Amino acid sequence: MKITTALDSTSLTTRYPKTALATTLFFMLALPFLLYVVLLLMLPFNRPEALDAVAQRLGWDLGHSPYRDTWYGVILVVEATTVSLYTAVFAGVTTWVERRIAGRMQSRIGPNRPGVFGFMSWVADAVKMLFKEDLIPAEADHLLFRAAPYFSMVGLTLPFVVLPFGESVVVADLNVGVFYLTATSAFIVVGILVSGWASNSKWALFGAVRGAAQVVSYEIPAGIAIMVPVLMAGTLSMQGIIRAQGGWPWQWFACQNPAAFVAFFITVTASLAEGNRTPFDLPEAESELVAGYHAEYSGFRIALFLMVEWANMWIMGALAVTLFLGGWQIPGVSVEMINQTRGTDVFPTWLWFGWQFVSLVVFAVKTWLLVILFIWLRWTLPRVRVDQMMALCWKYLVPGAFACFIFTLFWVMVPAPVHLVSGVVLSLGAALLLVKFALRTYKNIAQVKGARVDLTNW
Amino acid sequence: MYTNLAIFYLFALAAVVGAAGVPMSKNIFWSAMGLLSALVGVGGLYVLLSADFLAVTQLLVYIGGVLVLIIFAVMLTSQIKEIEVSNQNVGLVSGAILFVLTGTLLSYVALWAPWKVVLRPESHETSAAIGNGLLGTWLLPFEVTSVVLLATLIGAIVVARKEIKDD
Repeated sequence: MKITTALDSTSLTTRYPKTALATTLFFMLALPFLLYVVLLLMLPFNRPEALDAVAQRLGWDLGHSPYRDTWYGVILVVEATTVSLYTAVFAGVTTWVERRIAGRMQSRIGPNRPGVFGFMSWVADAVKMLFKEDLIPAEADHLLFRAAPYFSMVGLTLPFVVLPFGESVVVADLNVGVFYLTATSAFIVVGILVSGWASNSKWALFGAVRGAAQVVSYEIPAGIAIMVPVLMAGTLSMQGIIRAQGGWPWQWFACQNPAAFVAFFITVTASLAEGNRTPFDLPEAESELVAGYHAEYSGFRIALFLMVEWANMWIMGALAVTLFLGGWQIPGVSVEMINQTRGTDVFPTWLWFGWQFVSLVVFAVKTWLLVILFIWLRWTLPRVRVDQMMALCWKYLVPGAFACFIFTLFWVMVPAPVHLVSGVVLSLGAALLLVKFALRTYKNIAQVKGARVDLTNW
Repeated sequence: MYTNLAIFYLFALAAVVGAAGVPMSKNIFWSAMGLLSALVGVGGLYVLLSADFLAVTQLLVYIGGVLVLIIFAVMLTSQIKEIEVSNQNVGLVSGAILFVLTGTLLSYVALWAPWKVVLRPESHETSAAIGNGLLGTWLLPFEVTSVVLLATLIGAIVVARKEIKDD
């Protein structure tokens, strides 16, 4: 009898290589592309008046229809579903990216079986999670135990209302946008606390208590550091903050102001801590607390918790890109130039949609770079202890954020040419650091001879 | 219009049911959940009044800060499952008197106050107006409040600090 291994003919990927490649490429390229196109076509018309005009153009008198509010509500629900789908797809793809990067960093392969490059492993994981039994401990508080993942999901999806995707592609450009984002993400920690308490398990309770202490502490430096770009832009609106910056690195807030450069690092550190990412994954430290607050969860509910955790990386990255790294601003193309191509018609010109798509891509690339940085950090740094976590927050980040805040109060009174000089100097410095990083990495790779990427088993 | 009304009643229901749940629930954690519902409901009512800045501040301060700290404190209490209500004194007579008095007063105010009616309040930027007001017309009350808050902060530190004995 012949014993077959997974890589033999039993594997669908090896039996139908072309189908596998096509499916993988579809999910890898077409799915995000389709989502982006849907967002691009839907979100710029996200106002009742704009919808009326579009309906008018299509020969449908929506403006005087008695069901106008209902139709508008239906369209809002469709938009909310699309944006939620975006978080799900992002979270799924990021699990695969993270596991592959982690494998490479630990000299192993990582998931490479389902689909080509193992890309379909996130779909397989999702299917597996959905088919698992939804266990509820007998001594748990049933209703709250069931409800806890939804609190976290609310905390994940509400910030997407104000997160920009592109120049005109945003669900709602609230004039309290940044403030709204920090406020609504607090629901995630409510979910953590409720799950920890309702599980009736000591591990979960410890994890939840740690999570609460961590999030409440790090909200303070994050909140103060976020005020730095708000002061520089003079508005709380996310799109307004991006419009106050420019496309080139020396026009970004992080480079225009030395204090904002520091505040950028404070914000990223604090949001890592608020998102429970290593080195701040104390609420779910495997070696200490089994799995922390979600130790008792299984099936669909743990899938929701993990999805919140991974999709939260998009919020962290997008927030930092919006506040400090110029957002969707295309280098060399000003907002006025994009607006000029819009035309006077209800439907903008194709050129306008093209620029919108470029701005979408610019924003996504910047955010992805930050997300990959978060992944590197997770697989490089060890976990901090509880006292170190508290000391870092209260002894360094809070006073540092306050100093940045006070410095910026004076900096906004300095004439604009000084901002430009600071921008050029700081962006050159950042570029030098990046070159040094690349050289160091190259040297490190050269030192470990033979440990090359094995593409045969990708 | 009916959509707005439906949303209003939804938030009002959340606020009232949550507020009633806080004292009525035997389980202290469920009381905290009632508080969450009440705070979210009130935040939603602020949004319907076009007070966006106030609504978001409500979420940030009361849910992100106060509620999380309350739940945190609840978790540190022992035996949260089988909590005994330590104060058995219901105080029917005094409670009834208080209820009648406050109920009368509140209904009187609600029925007879000259409410300003604004049809369809448009949403406009309120944060700038609030900032100008706090640092302009209302500067003195604002500063006095900040001094009081500073005093409470110092008081909390004095209460919470460890005593270091000299010997």
